[in-house]
Amino acid sequence: MSNLNLQDALSAIDIQADWVGLREVKESTTYRIIRDGNPQANSRGADHGVMVEVLADGQFGYYGCNKLDHGSIAKAAEKALQQAKAAAKNPLFEFTAEARPVTKGKFQSPFQQSAEALSAGKLNEIMLKAYHQLKVNDQIVSAHAMAMIIETESNFVSSNGSDVEQNFLMVQSDYSAMANKGNIYQRRTDNHCLQIGMEEFDEDMVLARANRVGEQALELLDADDCPTENTNLVLAPDQMMLQIHESVGHALEVDRILGDERNYAGWSFVREADFGKLQYGSKIMNITFDPTVDNQFACYGYDDGGLKAERDFIIKDGLLVKGLGGKESQLRSGVPGVANFRASSWNRAPIDRMANLNLEPGDSTFDEIIAAVDHGVYMETNRSWSIDDYRNKFQFGCEYGKLIENGKLTKTLKNPNYRAISNPFWNSLKMLGNQDTFEVYGTPYCGKGEPNQAIRVGHASPVCLFENVEVFGGA
Amino acid sequence: MEQLFNQLSETLLNNLHSGEQLKVAIGGENSQFVRFSQSKVRQSGLVDDASLDIILIKDGRTCSGSFTLTGNIDVDEATAMAEMNRLRAEVGTLPKDPFVVMPEDTGSSREEHNGNLLSAEETVSALSPAMQGVDLAGIWASGRIFSGNANSAGQKHWFATDTFSLDYSLITPDERMVKGTYAGSYWERSEYEKNMAKSIAKLRMMEKPGKKIKPGSYRTYIAPAGVADIVGMFSWGGVGEASIQQGDSSLCKMRQNGIKMSPCFTLSEDFTSGIVPRFNSNGELAPEKLDLILAGSLKNTLVSSRTAKEYGVQSNYAGEGESLRSPVLSPGELNEDEVVKKIDNGIYLSNLHYLNWSDRPGGRITGMTRYACFWVENGEVVAPIENMRFDDSIYNFFGKNLEAVTDKAHLHPTVETYDGRELGGVSCPGILLKSFELTL
Repeated sequence: MSNLNLQDALSAIDIQADWVGLREVKESTTYRIIRDGNPQANSRGADHGVMVEVLADGQFGYYGCNKLDHGSIAKAAEKALQQAKAAAKNPLFEFTAEARPVTKGKFQSPFQQSAEALSAGKLNEIMLKAYHQLKVNDQIVSAHAMAMIIETESNFVSSNGSDVEQNFLMVQSDYSAMANKGNIYQRRTDNHCLQIGMEEFDEDMVLARANRVGEQALELLDADDCPTENTNLVLAPDQMMLQIHESVGHALEVDRILGDERNYAGWSFVREADFGKLQYGSKIMNITFDPTVDNQFACYGYDDGGLKAERDFIIKDGLLVKGLGGKESQLRSGVPGVANFRASSWNRAPIDRMANLNLEPGDSTFDEIIAAVDHGVYMETNRSWSIDDYRNKFQFGCEYGKLIENGKLTKTLKNPNYRAISNPFWNSLKMLGNQDTFEVYGTPYCGKGEPNQAIRVGHASPVCLFENVEVFGGA
Repeated sequence: MEQLFNQLSETLLNNLHSGEQLKVAIGGENSQFVRFSQSKVRQSGLVDDASLDIILIKDGRTCSGSFTLTGNIDVDEATAMAEMNRLRAEVGTLPKDPFVVMPEDTGSSREEHNGNLLSAEETVSALSPAMQGVDLAGIWASGRIFSGNANSAGQKHWFATDTFSLDYSLITPDERMVKGTYAGSYWERSEYEKNMAKSIAKLRMMEKPGKKIKPGSYRTYIAPAGVADIVGMFSWGGVGEASIQQGDSSLCKMRQNGIKMSPCFTLSEDFTSGIVPRFNSNGELAPEKLDLILAGSLKNTLVSSRTAKEYGVQSNYAGEGESLRSPVLSPGELNEDEVVKKIDNGIYLSNLHYLNWSDRPGGRITGMTRYACFWVENGEVVAPIENMRFDDSIYNFFGKNLEAVTDKAHLHPTVETYDGRELGGVSCPGILLKSFELTL
């Protein structure tokens, strides 16, 4: 990773503490963007530092340190110790080293082609070709093709013997077209966030995706507005991603339930006593925390507290069974949790985050779901999202809709929106698509925490049918 | 860090090859963060972070790189030169960029604001006593923030400031909340205690029995903190010239169809307070004050030099993302002390939450009410209300439904810390609306 030997740096720390941990993160993020036929960005940001955590008097103090020599890290540990001792004057909880389990292991993202397999020039060439596919005609007034490549190396060592090495290769590809006719503006996008190699930029696949985006943006210009009514709602996986994220994931973060987040993102309608009792959704709803799905964006082997990450059910047959709480939250709350104690980088302390949080597939084909709907609306791809601080009242908007009439997709609809309340909404889940409808998505920008942290999450879902939902159109 | 930046930029500029142009920028912080929950310490720590950005331009092509600085000049100089060489190897392989912004020397500046901050060791002891007896959740952030840039045309800027903020929520046992912020550059215990005492007094008002209201249209007052959130939305598909040119702005209607907002609505970008640097990432100095929407009419947009070249318009040296850096919403004539009386029958909203465009071309925003929000009857506060979802258009609430603007603007400091502690804030008054649409 660097010239820094983390074990030696740990050995050089000489303080009276109950536990010391060092987490080194080195990450580079490369953007290649073509907008409206010209390069918009060719940038690479390299971020490198060490998070020094110290446990003393029942408190963790930290120092995010950009100086990577042993002497500076040792001084950072002394300062972190002072922070822990100061916090001990007014502590929320008394921790022990149990909050940092001993673990050893390695993780490597799966990929076929490394980041070096595509040169800057070649990737620009592919993005430029994608732009030409996006700009179907002059009604496309702006379009972009973007490639983001993230390479991360993360090492964690601790005084109680943890030694973890994890290497990630992550890619975001994003194709977007804005169409205009008179006063009508409609954007269509296609976004992937995956742990994958440069095979994501296979030219034929890129051009096919870009062309569909451009064509559908144009299609929306002549579409009817989404009707305003209570009706059946079929959601595609690229909207279900957001639905799971906002109305399941955040609501089940245990640090949120414990109240840590009340000054920022908010609290939760779920309480500690609800685990094992709350019927979160209908019987066909099964939510898993799954860091093992091939290529999903937030796969990892171990969280930043050293807990091994494994697949687990969070909601089983609609019943809430586990929380999204790492070891600290498990100790504080007694709520069973998972390995999701994560930090956005070396300069932030870990908190409870989503990772890969997925809705398991059912057994209906897409055609069977549509055929089961007498009247309703089908929606794809999120474009607007807002939910309250308890994760109850949400309103989401999508890019592309279709009217469903007598079991068939008919007219294209623009500005499709819907709003509902989380718990009754999930209990109105009536049909689940099968594995053929199951798609994997993610985002690099899940915001939470004080100080703020944007972290990468993954969500996968089949197509879903919900009953009796309020849908509506544009302004 | 200023010395380090000067040395690094000098090294890079002295090593330029023929035909190369360069822009160099630094940004960073030395911060303490203490997170509170239940008026106790949840997490406490320090962060030192700084990065150097290098933009290389050659033969109409450009690329950029950044890296974390260690503070060790030998290490950082070696990394900077290695990054420069990486950029040199890459730039020739890229397509030409017809809108690349070349370095210029439009003047240099240096500003340093030294404050009086709590030491990292005394923070918990100093903050904790005033918050006992209530349930507080929040974040203390304190320390130095710095930024600077230099370029191959000879321009150089440096800005550094010491700031702190305690951004907090107070919560009653039945989960009603009041929001507070104490921020500045000079810590004063008595001012902090006054701020906290005022918030605790507000919290007592939240103990009245609550009232459930139904979705519908209500006469509404939105206090300055809520208005600040709405003004923030103008940075995202709002006043940026590129977003208008690309059809992605809520203000396209104003540009294309001459639609106006209320004559009571005036929004400007105003750097006269001096709390944020006027120079952007190119080192260009924005005008001290720029009217954007004047008495309801779109007068100017934020135009970066890149957008200016691309669309053939005049730059006003906005930042690359053309977002508001120092927004000011002008006060009006409504006496702030008479707001509740003027509401008569309706709702008082202190804060809003999680705003998003629900129809950007239509100018419609959805979001939630949050914190101290009340039902008002016959000019008196009657009861706190349950949080409600709204979905309404800026052309309504800053347009035909804007009845009055209060006579005092308040500064709402930015407390976001995603890419480091942010500077500045939004200065705005409250707004009284004839009608506001609550939907859920």
